Amino acid sequence: MKTPIYLDNHATTRMDPRVLDAMMPYFTEYFGNAASRNHEFGWVAEQAVDKARKQIADLIGTTPREIIFTSGATESNNLAIKGVAEMYAEKGNHIITAATEHKAVLDTCKKLEKNGCRVTYLPLKGDGLIDLEMLKESFTDKTILVSIMYANNEIGVIQPIAEIGKMCRERGVLFHTDGVQAIGKVPVNVNTDNIDIMSITAHKLYGPKGVGALYVRRKSPRVQITAQMDGGGHERGMRSGTLNVPGIVGLGEACAIAHREMPEEMTRLRGLRDRLKNKLEAGLDEVFINGSMEHRLPHNLNMSFLYVEGESLLMGINDVAVSSGSACTSATLEPSYVLKALGLGDDLAHSSIRFGIGRFNTEEEIDYVADKLIDVVSKLRELSPLYEMVKEGIDLSTVQWAAH
Amino acid sequence: MAYSDKVLDHYNNPRNVGSLDKSSASVGTGMVGAPECGDVMKLQIRVNEENGIIEDAKFKTFGCGSAIASSSLATEWLKGKTVDEALQIKNTDIVNELSLPPVKIHCSVLAEDAIKAAISDYRNKQGSKAPVAVEQTVA
Repeated sequence: MKTPIYLDNHATTRMDPRVLDAMMPYFTEYFGNAASRNHEFGWVAEQAVDKARKQIADLIGTTPREIIFTSGATESNNLAIKGVAEMYAEKGNHIITAATEHKAVLDTCKKLEKNGCRVTYLPLKGDGLIDLEMLKESFTDKTILVSIMYANNEIGVIQPIAEIGKMCRERGVLFHTDGVQAIGKVPVNVNTDNIDIMSITAHKLYGPKGVGALYVRRKSPRVQITAQMDGGGHERGMRSGTLNVPGIVGLGEACAIAHREMPEEMTRLRGLRDRLKNKLEAGLDEVFINGSMEHRLPHNLNMSFLYVEGESLLMGINDVAVSSGSACTSATLEPSYVLKALGLGDDLAHSSIRFGIGRFNTEEEIDYVADKLIDVVSKLRELSPLYEMVKEGIDLSTVQWAAH
Repeated sequence: MAYSDKVLDHYNNPRNVGSLDKSSASVGTGMVGAPECGDVMKLQIRVNEENGIIEDAKFKTFGCGSAIASSSLATEWLKGKTVDEALQIKNTDIVNELSLPPVKIHCSVLAEDAIKAAISDYRNKQGSKAPVAVEQTVA
């Protein structure tokens, strides 16, 4: 077993060597521009792009013509939301999203608010799920778009996407989902899930960074999007720019592998995740799972180790790559807004660790991480005045803290 | 994030972890911070009532590695000092000793507050005429 151990697969994934193998010829040998229509170099590149388009479409149950290539999910989210807001401005100006969306969605919505859009940010239930009744009440005759992520990047909670899509369809409102954490990990089908627009990225599914896609439905309903970048009119006019052929080949191959191996991989990763969870729960008291276990990605675990601060915990497991909701580990010095949106309180967010298990993790690694965490948490609790007080029977919520 | 060797040393081998009898007249207890802020420090001193020298100091800290190191260092420095000398310890001394980066300065402030709070508690117990003012700051 080699250290450091990578358990941060919601941030990014190691590229699958099979993906790299597929990409390699397209850097030096088949380097053509897919838009060059009059020679062999261009044709070969275009064929490779067409194949990738098909591989992506197959994974999400659609047709190749509905795939628009982008530089990644941040661009896809921007293009989807701004593109719809602009295209359908005459129809309305109201967008519904959720408080736990990725910043690429939230900040895009904030920008649109400055430009005259109205945005509803739905709160979440304690288990991290959308309240469908609240969503229903949020629609107005000005609503043009609902944007709710498929699965959350911190707590792995999977939203009731098909139901949300159905509610949108019944009201003639477009439905966009940021699918990056779910695609290739759990079955995603744009037709049974009633999705109109979906953001995709390669690097979360063992593909390269810097390439992604946007699924844009062509019929029932036919979705139109205003391009956000002017240029050569590539990708049906929705996204100009010379196609990143090697990256696109990588995204396609990553999708094909995920499609083939998903049933076995889901079972294996769920097994590892449950093994980690069970070991930690057996070895430690006062641990708390953040978000629904039932509606959750099989490879995600988000746990709070009460009375221990997240950054000090990460220091103790410095040969394990995970992330924490603690303020001290974030650039903004604010604890995780996702965990806060669940109504958990800052103290639980400060004590949280996100584990993202991936294709290349082994049982041996999981056992090592569990044992190490149990050891470090126990040590830090020896140091924790809060743990001592709780053990003395003091209710921490009744303590008057000298906040600073 | 890179930690200085001294922070790592205190984190891996914290000095003077534990608790003193907080009901004892010779023990002063300071508890500062709040769980929502991500750090709580408990710092205790036991003072020789004859000569005013701090004979023992203990801490427990919920917080990041720098908070743990700041309070661990504080207990080291407190031992052997008189109460008056202890009041001279400044947060900047802790920053310099541990090479804390700007985002971690609040950890050193918390440690200084904890020292003052512990001494204030001790003096209140002793019925001193001149209790130390503890800065009341609100987050």
